[in-house]
Amino acid sequence: MSALEIPELALVALVGASGSGKSTFAAERFGRYEVVSSDACRGMVSDDETDQDATKDAFEVLSFVVGKRLDRGRLTVVDATNAQRDARKHVVELARAHDVLPVAIVLDLPEDVCLERNRGRGDRELPARVVTRQRDLVRRAVGGLTREGFRQVHVLRTVEEVAEATIVRTRLRNDLRDERGPFDVIGDVHGCRSELESLLEKLGYALVRDTAGRPVDAVHPDGRTVVFLGDLVDRGPDTPGVLRLAMGMTAAGHALAVPGNHEHKLVRALDGRKVTVSHGLETSLAQLAAEGGEFSAQVRAWADGLVSHLVLDDGRLVVAHAGLKEAYHGRASGRVRSFALYGDTTGETDEFGLPVRYPWADDYRGRAMVLYGHTPTPVPQWVNNTMCLDTGVVFGGHLTALRYPSKEVVQVPAEQVWYEPAKPFLVPAATRPDDVLDIEDVLGRRSVETRHHGRITLDEDNAVAALEVMSRFALHPRWLPYLPPTMAPVATSPLPGVLEHPAEAFSAYAANGVTHVICEEKHMGSRATVLVCRDGFRWMGAPDGETGAVWTRTGRAFFDRSLTEVFLDRLRAAVTRAGLWEELATDWLLLDAELLPWSLKAGPLLREQYAATGASARAMLPPAVASLEAAASRGLDVADLLDRTRRRAADADAFVEAYRRYVWPTDGLDGVQLAPFQVLAAEGLTFHDRDHGWHLSVIDRLVDADPTLLRRTQRLEVDVHEPQEGIDWWETLTAAGGEGMVVKPFANLVHGRRGLVQPGLKVRGREYLRIIYGPEYTQHLDRLKVRSLGRKRGLALREYALGLESLDRLVAGEPLWRVHEPVFAVLALESEPVDPRL
Amino acid sequence: MFLTLTSTAGSASDLGFLLHKHPDRAQTFDLSVGRAHVFYPEASDERCTVALLLEVDPVELVRGGRFGDGFALGAYVNDRPYAASSLLSVALGRVFRSAMAGTCAVRPDLVGVALPLEIHVPAVPDDGDPGLVARLFEPLGWTVDVGVGPLDPQVPSFGESPYADVRLTGTFTPADALRHLYVLLPALDGGKHYWVGPDEVDKLVRSAGEWLGGHPERDWILRRSLAHRREYVADAVERLGVVEVAEEQVAAPTDARPLSEVRREVVLAELRAARASSVIDLGCGEGALLRELLADPAFTRVVGADVSHRALRKAAERLGLDRMPDSVRARLTLLQSSVTYRDARLAGADAVVLMEVIEHVDLDRLPSLERTVFGDARPRTVVVTTPNEEFNVRYPTLHAGTMRHTDHRFEWTRAQGEQWAARMCETYGYTFRAGAVGDVDREVGPPTQLLVFTLGAAA
Repeated sequence: MSALEIPELALVALVGASGSGKSTFAAERFGRYEVVSSDACRGMVSDDETDQDATKDAFEVLSFVVGKRLDRGRLTVVDATNAQRDARKHVVELARAHDVLPVAIVLDLPEDVCLERNRGRGDRELPARVVTRQRDLVRRAVGGLTREGFRQVHVLRTVEEVAEATIVRTRLRNDLRDERGPFDVIGDVHGCRSELESLLEKLGYALVRDTAGRPVDAVHPDGRTVVFLGDLVDRGPDTPGVLRLAMGMTAAGHALAVPGNHEHKLVRALDGRKVTVSHGLETSLAQLAAEGGEFSAQVRAWADGLVSHLVLDDGRLVVAHAGLKEAYHGRASGRVRSFALYGDTTGETDEFGLPVRYPWADDYRGRAMVLYGHTPTPVPQWVNNTMCLDTGVVFGGHLTALRYPSKEVVQVPAEQVWYEPAKPFLVPAATRPDDVLDIEDVLGRRSVETRHHGRITLDEDNAVAALEVMSRFALHPRWLPYLPPTMAPVATSPLPGVLEHPAEAFSAYAANGVTHVICEEKHMGSRATVLVCRDGFRWMGAPDGETGAVWTRTGRAFFDRSLTEVFLDRLRAAVTRAGLWEELATDWLLLDAELLPWSLKAGPLLREQYAATGASARAMLPPAVASLEAAASRGLDVADLLDRTRRRAADADAFVEAYRRYVWPTDGLDGVQLAPFQVLAAEGLTFHDRDHGWHLSVIDRLVDADPTLLRRTQRLEVDVHEPQEGIDWWETLTAAGGEGMVVKPFANLVHGRRGLVQPGLKVRGREYLRIIYGPEYTQHLDRLKVRSLGRKRGLALREYALGLESLDRLVAGEPLWRVHEPVFAVLALESEPVDPRL
Repeated sequence: MFLTLTSTAGSASDLGFLLHKHPDRAQTFDLSVGRAHVFYPEASDERCTVALLLEVDPVELVRGGRFGDGFALGAYVNDRPYAASSLLSVALGRVFRSAMAGTCAVRPDLVGVALPLEIHVPAVPDDGDPGLVARLFEPLGWTVDVGVGPLDPQVPSFGESPYADVRLTGTFTPADALRHLYVLLPALDGGKHYWVGPDEVDKLVRSAGEWLGGHPERDWILRRSLAHRREYVADAVERLGVVEVAEEQVAAPTDARPLSEVRREVVLAELRAARASSVIDLGCGEGALLRELLADPAFTRVVGADVSHRALRKAAERLGLDRMPDSVRARLTLLQSSVTYRDARLAGADAVVLMEVIEHVDLDRLPSLERTVFGDARPRTVVVTTPNEEFNVRYPTLHAGTMRHTDHRFEWTRAQGEQWAARMCETYGYTFRAGAVGDVDREVGPPTQLLVFTLGAAA
């Protein structure tokens, strides 16, 4: 019994004449979908598996299906005769185009077996000469398959061999997903042995030395593993010393390594191949020559055996010398290797004669963290979950390690400039590079994975609408790390005369197992999110003079930039006085708040819609009442109409009173107030797991620091089984004209039996609702109470989860596109058609 | 909605006969627009007043989807139940149909007799133009008294109310008076009609055929009544028997061509001079330039990109995308794109046009537009037009310090424009040439500045 080894991810071509038993062989050894048969494709496009006219179309279908499978990293078997050289060439090309290894399994069975099987096929039977010719072609091809590009070739020659053959899938050499670290990933060393020793010691490794005192291994007491990112050699003072240590560590299982372009070239030089000896290769060759031939041979064998990239920790970490784009992770092909060693270049060279590198990391959208070296950068910076750890130690910079998974950067400085760089080593940039967002990040039907509410899918139409709002009216995405969710109202009250009442909020939370709730006064303003940075801190990529932002639910700025800065100065001073920078150990703060008055943002709406409605009502109704009174006094039967019209007139007055509470003049910041009620995030931290008591206590201290600009939020804690006090509190608030209140689980984020619990339910006051439902809504309550809340509730939860997701990603230091994704999704969901009165 | 009509004729209560409504009864009519009540607050021989009170159901008003899509808050709180509007006009037409027709079988002697009348409509929307009501009714012979108050007496900053308290006095047959209201109230109400169909034209011609043709505000009335549907306006003009005068273009002949047309011509000339065969019109709007690009087969690939999906749909409609011959259709691509996001689909064209686009982009977003166009797409030629701020003083209606369009985020002087262009060239390796669109004013330059960029160093 023979075991045929094939890589886990490969494109397998079966090669054999008709009747050689390919389909049966494949069906018994591979999964149902793994086998893509040319006959089946012919049948799919023409209803006839033997229709040779359909071959071209069938082949296109086959290529398409195979391509999609390989894109998704699925092993695939092409079941076709593959007798012709062209057909096999196509398979090899297909494999290379998707960076997987092409494998051939040849079924070269005796002619009589093939002919015998062919005869039993009825209408699929081929003329015997066709079978014979196919078989000849196959026999002649066998010897050249490796030359054709197949990386493995298995040949089965008898019925017995075929019957006994089993398939063994082997892992690719780059697949070290079961190595889970923790790792210390070290950037380009370039022969700087002394700095490497210092760095390893700083990282906590104990060096092991040979009798000559040379380090040959390093061991970490916690069992950590070093990952060398390549370019250990060349330029520096002691390439052999670095190699001895690295080789010892890899041999002992204390380190992993990927090769760099310098190792690649060194191997070729040691092999005696003709290479240009430059860029420091001359130093390595000289140093190695001094070590003797045996050591050089070991170096050659070790370096040659390195795999160009490694996939670690269940696919969460990928290391390669020059980085690797996502499509190449875990793949094997010449161009994958070339990318890993040399990176992506634009084909141009710069004024120093060095290749211009294509900034692949700007486009990187993969979930795996990619760590790499190759391009010396003064300061390691995160770009889309990738980091370059080559900090030019040999040029007098630093030797850098990144601790994984904790993402801590550990560095030692160069002891001296060991080698003059070809182009000046850059001075550190003051800011991190501005992450580039791509249209592909937001357009089309998309889904966003959230930690708290699973996968949230967005319709293409919603994205289309949001794209315009985001592009034309919203703040720059860097200033928009969060958009607040919409909030569902309480279930409609069965009580007469009211649409909403607190009792339903308390019972709704009780039903979800939440007994302790907090009622917070609903301010008569606009929902606002505020991001304020500490003095001297620069937010990601922000221009000079921008120290934060204040934005609406749809991402628009409340004020122009200069007034925004005046506002932020005041707020910053209050945060400082309240000691929150230190307390939360942060340089920035994101607050959820209400900005008053409402007229500040909604001035035109108030004037053109609400005031106009009030003015027209109050112009028309009194003369109507007077005429009806005159008619009544004449004895006409208009009593009902008169009564109704008088009520309408009173409603109009009440409506005008209601909207007037939202209007007051402001001048600059005079008259403007911010009522914060929740701390959304600070450096490295979100706070949705802290109860609202904590939030309000922090915010109360902030408010006390500037009670003119800031406004306190009234609150009341309630046990949902003793709701009367809460009901009374709401009655008092709304009787005085208040907008109402929001009831929240005191504990903040709560998962109930049915998943995420609503983070808040609004209970709006009877008079306030006139500006929502219309002046006379109280006369139509019976019909208005028929309202459907399901959609709004679903939306509120999804937007809440998306908001939390964006905050989680923000504080985890994820790239802008990852933070922007859920933010954009909230905006997209806001274009869902939902009753705006809810 | 409410109005009254009063007769002060000798035997005022004859009004009841003419209106076919008995002065001593209050009547109610259920109409499609709501419930109309007719009653007489007074009915003596000296004065007889009929009142029409129309109650609309605000809940049904929204459910019927007559105003907006029902997903904007404004749909639920508005002046519809109160302000005199097309709804009131519909009620007038229904309740007083016979009276408007001028028939009175019981008292044929009263028909055609003009009476001294007073009309009171307490809430007439007048666009905040207090003279408007007078301009409409005075040419018909009415004496007009308009009262206007503040929008909200307690919020002076809101300014004046856009609703007039209108009193008309004049001597007319009640039928004429009603027809005047019937036609002019919807016009005053403006684009808030819920539906305009060809039968609206019939109604107009029937009710106002005698006087509308000669009314000085005829065009305005037609436009407003027919909700700006141009084909209907033309139809009505023809049927009113009016020989249409020339277009209202009073400007000098040199200015007769709209600037937008000149702009397109200049841009096209630049593209041809640059021998561009594939062109991306970034911010294509409704596709005016695309149409001209498609008309010239030398442009083998035409891409219209805009951030507004609505604009693209409009462009597709106006270009007749689904009726286009395959050979033309194959040259055109429309795509939604945004300068905030990098877009690989914009690469590979010979030229990118930014015609009146950059001034709609916030200054802090401009760098990403710059990178998208000059850095990533990198066409051989970039043609930019943007307003020349210096020229604004030549627009008499433009207040000093304001911009030409409310969505403009900035407007540049020529120096500012060229400074920006120079920076683009330095950063991205282009050279530029500044030009003009429109007649160049000796002091302030052209109305629109033109900046043409060419990839690579100057020859």
